[in-house]
Amino acid sequence: MAKVTFDEERCKGCGLCETACPKQIIALSKEKINAKGYHPAIITAQEKCIACAFCATMCPDSVITVEK
Amino acid sequence: MVVFEKTKGLTDNPLHYCPGCTHGIIHRLVAEVLEELGVTGKTVGIASVGCSVFSYNYFNCDMIQAAHGRAPAVATGAKRANPDNVVFTYQGDGDLAAIGTAETVHSAARGENITVIFVNNAIYGMTGGQMAPTTLPNQVTQTSPYGRDVTVVGYPVKVCEMLSQIDGATYLERVAVNNVKNIKKAKQAIKKAFQNQIDGKGFSLVEVLSTCPTNWGLTPQAALKWLDENMETYYPLGVYKDKYKEEK
Amino acid sequence: MAEKVLMKGNEALAEAAIMAGCKYYFGYPITPQTEVAAYMAKRMPKIGGTFLQAESEVAAINMVLGVAACGKRVMTSSSSPGISLKSEGISYLAGCELPALIVNVQRGGPGLGGIQPSQSDYFQALKGGGHGDYKLIVLAPASIQEMVDLTFKGFDLADKYRMPAMLLADGTMGQMMEPVSLELGEVKEYAKPWATTGRDTHEGRNVVNSLSLSPAQLEEWNINRYERYKIVERDEVMYEEFMMEDADICIVAFGIAARIAKNAIMDARKRGIKVGMLRPITLYPFPKEALKKAASKVKSFLSVELNMGQMVDDVKLAINCSKPVYFYGRTGGVLMTPDEVVGKLEEIEKGDAKEW
Repeated sequence: MAKVTFDEERCKGCGLCETACPKQIIALSKEKINAKGYHPAIITAQEKCIACAFCATMCPDSVITVEK
Repeated sequence: MVVFEKTKGLTDNPLHYCPGCTHGIIHRLVAEVLEELGVTGKTVGIASVGCSVFSYNYFNCDMIQAAHGRAPAVATGAKRANPDNVVFTYQGDGDLAAIGTAETVHSAARGENITVIFVNNAIYGMTGGQMAPTTLPNQVTQTSPYGRDVTVVGYPVKVCEMLSQIDGATYLERVAVNNVKNIKKAKQAIKKAFQNQIDGKGFSLVEVLSTCPTNWGLTPQAALKWLDENMETYYPLGVYKDKYKEEK
Repeated sequence: MAEKVLMKGNEALAEAAIMAGCKYYFGYPITPQTEVAAYMAKRMPKIGGTFLQAESEVAAINMVLGVAACGKRVMTSSSSPGISLKSEGISYLAGCELPALIVNVQRGGPGLGGIQPSQSDYFQALKGGGHGDYKLIVLAPASIQEMVDLTFKGFDLADKYRMPAMLLADGTMGQMMEPVSLELGEVKEYAKPWATTGRDTHEGRNVVNSLSLSPAQLEEWNINRYERYKIVERDEVMYEEFMMEDADICIVAFGIAARIAKNAIMDARKRGIKVGMLRPITLYPFPKEALKKAASKVKSFLSVELNMGQMVDDVKLAINCSKPVYFYGRTGGVLMTPDEVVGKLEEIEKGDAKEW
């Protein structure tokens, strides 16, 4: 099963992954705030992930790992 | 099975770039290419002055920090000292196309066997958003507050087009990193630029259109769109020179 | 005795550089040092080295930086206006703690100035030139043999202390021919574990850099470098004393001015003026202690320079103004005659001269 994980502490909450995701299952967390003060990206529906890695390709900070 | 993870071509240092700045994507592409070609351990990178000044903290290879605009001259020295090393510069538009124009043109003219990664975001980022040699006509910056008036300050420099007239240049391509498709193309171009060097083919430069959300005053998403709608029309993507393809 | 060959200064220093193991030369043509580049262009390809005529002095010094960072011996040469252009790169070399040899075959300035010999870049070489807290080892040859010896030595000192060295010559030294011995001895090799030769070749990741946004760190770097300068000042001072045993007046002069002064001393002594000379061979480190010692014996000092008065300040500082210091100089490319210097000495003897 496809799995996306975010290194939330290094995420800057830019949301480029959110824009790139074809399944629209990435969002910036409304609850979490990391040590740098950003709302990190989270995955809202892991089961819909197709492991296309578009999010990781678009991420400027290399915080995303994609597994299948 | 891991489909995608952070490349070992980058160190563990967190990037200092603003959220959504696509410098980080370009860093990653270069680092991935070095790893895929198996040359990180024999690569010497030249960091320039501007937003990417700290790139020496990020690329997981030996690095030299150069004075503003002088990276191609430093690279010339490094490559000539140890021709078996892979030598690249990572420069912004102010560094490469303003203060370092002479070094850029002449390293190309000499056909130095180096790889130049040229990040064009149409603005000076590090100093807070001043007009760059690549700032578009009518673009508002801190030092062109009423928009770049070409009748007063002239026109942007189109680096790939300019260098394509130089016999010594081997490979020139302009790419962008504003969407997944373009990023994949950009990586291919960067890979080719490094492979050329490994094959001893001479001077390769990849111009990468990049965003600067902070100084453009846009959200990261809007910046991607701005690049697409404004920069790509003035700076068309594509291969501007490929000496070895022409010879076929 | 070693066999001697007749050589022009610019060519002799170039050959000495090659003998010191320098295989990389980057330069840009400028009178009166262009023979260095021409000589290197001929010789480097024959020894498997690199000669490159850069697009500018700015590019040349940065090519030097690239080679130096990769751990190889490298040099550039120019003349005064060209050294101004190289000053940025020299500051970066110092900041990055890189060894390299820079040759300045001085001509008259400021601006485009002229093309005749001068020593008016003393301040530039000794008091900065580039920005920031740094020093260069500065060597001042007064013969073609010294052009050779000090070039060889300059590479060694640069490597030993990880700092750029400058051969501060002038147009006469560059253009003059004299017989020289090129038996220079063994080249000492220095380990360079910091060199950027690729991670595969050393432990960890090497970064050559002069940037720090942390004031505390930048201060520490500068303090550490100045600790090394203290060792240079303690161990590497070179000077020549000439007829100082009974001297009342001590001439201080370097390079071509010292040669003219030597003739003046011989003439002055015939006229009964007891004069000697202390000739700095290293301008940095400056022979402060030797001057201080001389101050306890002589009545006064005369600084003879091809400029409007530059080293004379350092003479006054070295002796803490404990004795009168006078100055005689010509500038703009004009050389003084020994007679002019003797005239100044007579003025001093009579008490007519004005102190600097």
